[in-house]
Amino acid sequence: MKKILSLKELSERNTGLTSGHRACSGCAFPSIIKMVVASSDYPVVISNATGCLEVVSTIYPYSAWNVPWIHVAFENAAAVISGVESAYKVLKKKGLIPENEKINFIVIGGDGGTYDIGLQALSGAIERGHNFLYVLYDNQAYMNTGVQRSSATPFGANTTTSPVGKKMPGKIQHRKDIIEIIAAHEIPYVAQASPSHFGDLIKKVRRAFEIEGPKFIAVISPCVPGWGYNESETVELARLAVETCFWPLYEIDQGVYRVNYKPKEKLPVKEWLLKQDRFSHLKNREDLIEEIQKKVDEKWERLLRLDGQKIF
Amino acid sequence: MKTETKKIVAKTGNEAAAYAMKQINPDVVAAYPITPSTEIIQIFSKYVADGEVDTEFIPVESEHSAISVCIGASTGGARVMTATSSQGLALMHEILYIASSFRLPIVMIVGNRALSGPINIHCDHSDTMGSRDSGWIQIYCENANEVYHTIINAVKISEKVNLPCMVMMDGFIVTHGMENVLILEDEEVREFLGKREPLYSILDLKNPITVGPLALYDYYMEHKRSQVDAILKSKKIISDVFEEYNRKFGLSIPSFIEEYFLDDAEIAVIAMSSASGTLKEAVDLLREKGERVGILRLKITRPFPYEILRKKLENLKVVGVMDRAETFSTMGGPVSIEVKAALYSLIKRPLIQSFVFGLGGREFSLEDAIKVFDILKKINKENKLEEEFIYIGLRE
Repeated sequence: MKKILSLKELSERNTGLTSGHRACSGCAFPSIIKMVVASSDYPVVISNATGCLEVVSTIYPYSAWNVPWIHVAFENAAAVISGVESAYKVLKKKGLIPENEKINFIVIGGDGGTYDIGLQALSGAIERGHNFLYVLYDNQAYMNTGVQRSSATPFGANTTTSPVGKKMPGKIQHRKDIIEIIAAHEIPYVAQASPSHFGDLIKKVRRAFEIEGPKFIAVISPCVPGWGYNESETVELARLAVETCFWPLYEIDQGVYRVNYKPKEKLPVKEWLLKQDRFSHLKNREDLIEEIQKKVDEKWERLLRLDGQKIF
Repeated sequence: MKTETKKIVAKTGNEAAAYAMKQINPDVVAAYPITPSTEIIQIFSKYVADGEVDTEFIPVESEHSAISVCIGASTGGARVMTATSSQGLALMHEILYIASSFRLPIVMIVGNRALSGPINIHCDHSDTMGSRDSGWIQIYCENANEVYHTIINAVKISEKVNLPCMVMMDGFIVTHGMENVLILEDEEVREFLGKREPLYSILDLKNPITVGPLALYDYYMEHKRSQVDAILKSKKIISDVFEEYNRKFGLSIPSFIEEYFLDDAEIAVIAMSSASGTLKEAVDLLREKGERVGILRLKITRPFPYEILRKKLENLKVVGVMDRAETFSTMGGPVSIEVKAALYSLIKRPLIQSFVFGLGGREFSLEDAIKVFDILKKINKENKLEEEFIYIGLRE
């Protein structure tokens, strides 16, 4: 394992994303991206799916990136990095890139570009074994287009395409489990992290960069307008997702499950839900909160059972 | 003389394309199989497996990813190629525009095939006509020999003008039909192409670039206009590259058009790809009878060589335009509409008759070709068109 970086050391590194981006005040992903890029010991090249991050950081003629960065479309960020990484490999083989030059290739996508429209390209790229780290910033809806439901949107969330109505209590399906889908590809490293537990996040990113081949890290990314909370509470919202075990911190490293953080006292999921406007209609729906709690408990218990086990 | 080293071999269009790719030895090839161009990538895969090329071959999970991989690799400075047909090209449609707006050299070989529905695997041009406005250079070849030589030229053109380029051949008719192909030596091809010298690279760590940003109403239009400038510039580059190639290797591969008895013709047919072969045979028969008929084979549709068409067609009385695709405009196929538009500014211009033929692989016979000329002769005699467009070979 590589040496753990101190915050001071991290703060002195290039974070890739500079000031001047136009992310909403309180948005989680600028910190997530900066931690990811700063965690790399080598230069990075980034492929970005269409979404909030792309839109806010590259309004022509300005760019908030000081590392090589490419955006092509919504659904193909993983395919694009396959091409970039292949060019790197072949140009190195042909002596056009120095033998000792190392690059960490990164893909960044939101939940739409990862769970939904981009899933095919992601699945293809990791099956082919390209060497890159996919970082998912999961804000749980299509925030860029005005908060429409995605397959990452939790049960009961009010979105503009799963609105709360006389008959419907917000989204009526549970989330897709992206970690398990990616893990089923049997790639060397899959993990779930949160900006609230930044030491864990950085450790995971650095672990991922050590490994040759496809790696995937899902990071919860609270969204002020989409979730509806005070912009100073972003990290608190991310922390509550972890403490309630709605978003457990775990990894599957070379096929071995490891729960990285077990809350001393597992908080009821209600404490996370009712801090957000998108779940405010659940105040008087104990039955629905119970259903969400049940699902959280089942998944957490399953994780605890799998902790330490090798799945492939 | 270089010509002494030339070899004539028997190859199908697909084999000729794959062989050209082998000699080009591109850095990255990404593709997904689709009839009738599948074979190109199958043959190329074997070259990769046997170590005959240094290419990174990426067998992707869809054509959408194939073109996305090509964009990524080309942005990294690599020489990049792919192949597709029909639905595959349609699946790439969104990304085609991005490739050209990024000003990336990418060469794509297309085995022309009808688009669904109904699903059909045979030749027509609905696939590439559907992407004609995507900012790619589009070149339609008549036969396997031309496919081979045009692919080599396309790589150079694409890299010189920094635009992606499609090289077309008719599905099954050319992709699977075996013909004589005159091939160059590997070294001749590699020497002619040299190395790619990219304008910029995403792998240039010292000069980080942002590729594919958001540009709204304040910049989008300037981007499009600059793409037009590139396409305008490509006209000379296309002619120059073919000229250099022909001179170097003692060949006469046409660039924008090919003329067949056009000089003294009264009536001419504009055709593309393999159908022009059948029409040339009809011209031979009619010329024996002393009839002043000719062919203008249109090889490149983007950029559209309207200047050449005006010059070549202004003194003709009647021109028929053969389209192997439908536009549903009720005015005939896409090429005829563009030819009409190209000639409209002439004071004196020929009557132009649109023909639609060969959709979904419907046979285009010598009798059909003669029928086309018969219709044009009647129009010439009566000095008027009777129908906006005429379907040839349709089962009535």
